[in-house]
Amino acid sequence: MTEISMREGYAKALVELAEQNQKIVALDVDTAASTLSKFFAERHPDRFFNVGIAEPCMLDVAVGLALGGYIPFVNGFAALISLRALEQVRTNVCYAQTNVKIAASYAGLSDFKDGATHYAFTDLANMRALPNLTVIIPADATEAAAWVPIIAEHKGPVYLRISRAPALPVYQPGTRLKIGRGLVLREGSDVTLVATGAMTGRCLQAADQLDGQGVKARVLELHTLKPIDTDIILKAAEETGALVTAEEHSIIGGLGSAVAETLSEACPTPLARVGIPDHFCPTGRDLDKLMDACGLSINDIVKAANRSMRQKSRR
Amino acid sequence: MTDMTSEQVEQLTGVATQLRCDSLRLIHRRGAGHPGGALSAAEIMAVLYFDTLRIDPTKPDWEARDRFLLSKGHASAVLYSALARRGFFPLTELDNWGEVECRHQGHPDRLKTPGVDMTSGILGHGVAIGCGLALAARLKKQDYRTYVLIGDGESQGGIVWEGAMTAAKFKLDNLIVILDYNDVQLDGFVHDIMPLEPVADKWTAFGWQVIHCDGHDIRSIQQALAVAQSTKGKPILLIAKTIKGKGVSFMENNSYWHGNVPNDHQLSQALAELGQEVTDD
Ligand SMILES: Cc1ncc(C[n+]2csc(CCOP(=O)(O)OP(=O)(O)O)c2C)c(N)n1
Repeated sequence: MTEISMREGYAKALVELAEQNQKIVALDVDTAASTLSKFFAERHPDRFFNVGIAEPCMLDVAVGLALGGYIPFVNGFAALISLRALEQVRTNVCYAQTNVKIAASYAGLSDFKDGATHYAFTDLANMRALPNLTVIIPADATEAAAWVPIIAEHKGPVYLRISRAPALPVYQPGTRLKIGRGLVLREGSDVTLVATGAMTGRCLQAADQLDGQGVKARVLELHTLKPIDTDIILKAAEETGALVTAEEHSIIGGLGSAVAETLSEACPTPLARVGIPDHFCPTGRDLDKLMDACGLSINDIVKAANRSMRQKSRR
Repeated sequence: MTDMTSEQVEQLTGVATQLRCDSLRLIHRRGAGHPGGALSAAEIMAVLYFDTLRIDPTKPDWEARDRFLLSKGHASAVLYSALARRGFFPLTELDNWGEVECRHQGHPDRLKTPGVDMTSGILGHGVAIGCGLALAARLKKQDYRTYVLIGDGESQGGIVWEGAMTAAKFKLDNLIVILDYNDVQLDGFVHDIMPLEPVADKWTAFGWQVIHCDGHDIRSIQQALAVAQSTKGKPILLIAKTIKGKGVSFMENNSYWHGNVPNDHQLSQALAELGQEVTDD
């Protein structure tokens, strides 16, 4: 089976859900051909609203639709929703607690051809700081699709982070997804790799490499960045004594920060963070190579694991 | 300013065709980029870079130069072509456009590419940034002008209109905004996605001097710019009527070609239609 992109997995699931649930409506900002909300537009034209290139407007219109009893899914580029429309998200979605579902597409570095202006690599930092918001980061296309009915069912605002690209397949269909409950993808006792989004598949491959070195790495998928699964993190800290976080996001403010906060307050444990260093990334020709060049390679994960384990052994 | 001679018109028409061919080759080679909006702006860019703008390719940071903001930054291919043909850097430098080490990014980057006055790619910023550049010129008592190229889809963003009010309040007659009015955006026609009409009335009501021209007619663009330059006491909007994908039959007026890349065969056909020798470049 060829891998489909995460955006396609999401977009098709939304069309399907809308067949059964008449309350689902969708919006876009002249990027329906990119986010693939065009599938929804084709199937449910009366419930689709393209507001033109106006992200803040889209968020506020969605707020109104939510106040009117609908379940709006807004679609756009993650960089623009999380920055240009952030005030709308903060005040009118999170503070006012309106039932808006944010499908933030082209996240991370996945829009590699368009470059730094289009990368969303601080969105998790922005979103994680907002009260009342649930932040979900699927690991692949199948998982993205599986989240759609769950977040529609959930009462309250959700930020769903969607990549433009396919990711290494991770999700086993049938696995129960629960907001706020991380998944153990692989058992291990020497080190824990805590992954989210497209980095999950890379962590599983890093765990294979570590296995070759005789290192048993546990792999956790934290699909929910907020509310964070404190239990699964602390259990891993106690049982493996060394952790690594891996995310397609700045090392500032995202998964690495969330895990560091959890550990340092409850159970200080060596941690090494894999993420985009504190700078803007260039345009690329190929997503995998760009990710490798931006500090997100499998080798970067392996090296981080070794760093974290060295720290543990010095204690 | 005097009218152009027919030789000049012919020469700039040739430049516009050259910019179209360069843009398509660059996009094809990189396997990424935005052909439609690059082709639609070819004559505008030819007139600006080869006639109107006071610039010196040997001094990209010259204080007194006219400023140009490509607010619709996705049309970077036509800007890079114009800068290269004008001598800011060799065209061959674009052979590795998009490589991680390259000075040319997907969208214009002022820190990396000589001749690029401002970074862009996120739509909507040009008018307000242009206000700042125009205010700076006034404060410094410099006579450079600021030119901004915006898209019609782009004009749907609220920030464009915030900038429009600002320019009018400060009577920025050293700010000339050109609207590339091709009626096509990413998802379809502007008149379907989010209608802009009556667009001239809107800008007029916002306090701007509005001038119309045919965005594919060198003389019409040049004359409109001349009127714009002599306007006093108001910012100027030039509505350039254009066709997205202009010059390549299968790309014209088709939103598919907003951001899709021609394959080998399509490139050859496009270049042939533009009257270019098809080479293996
Ligand atoms: C604020 C913002 N929203 C969305 C995008 C994605 N995008 C890039 S180009 C484009 C369409 C632009 O249409 P238009 O301004 O008419 O440009 P043209 O037709 O001249 O190419 C869109 C939606 C963006 N770059 N910035």
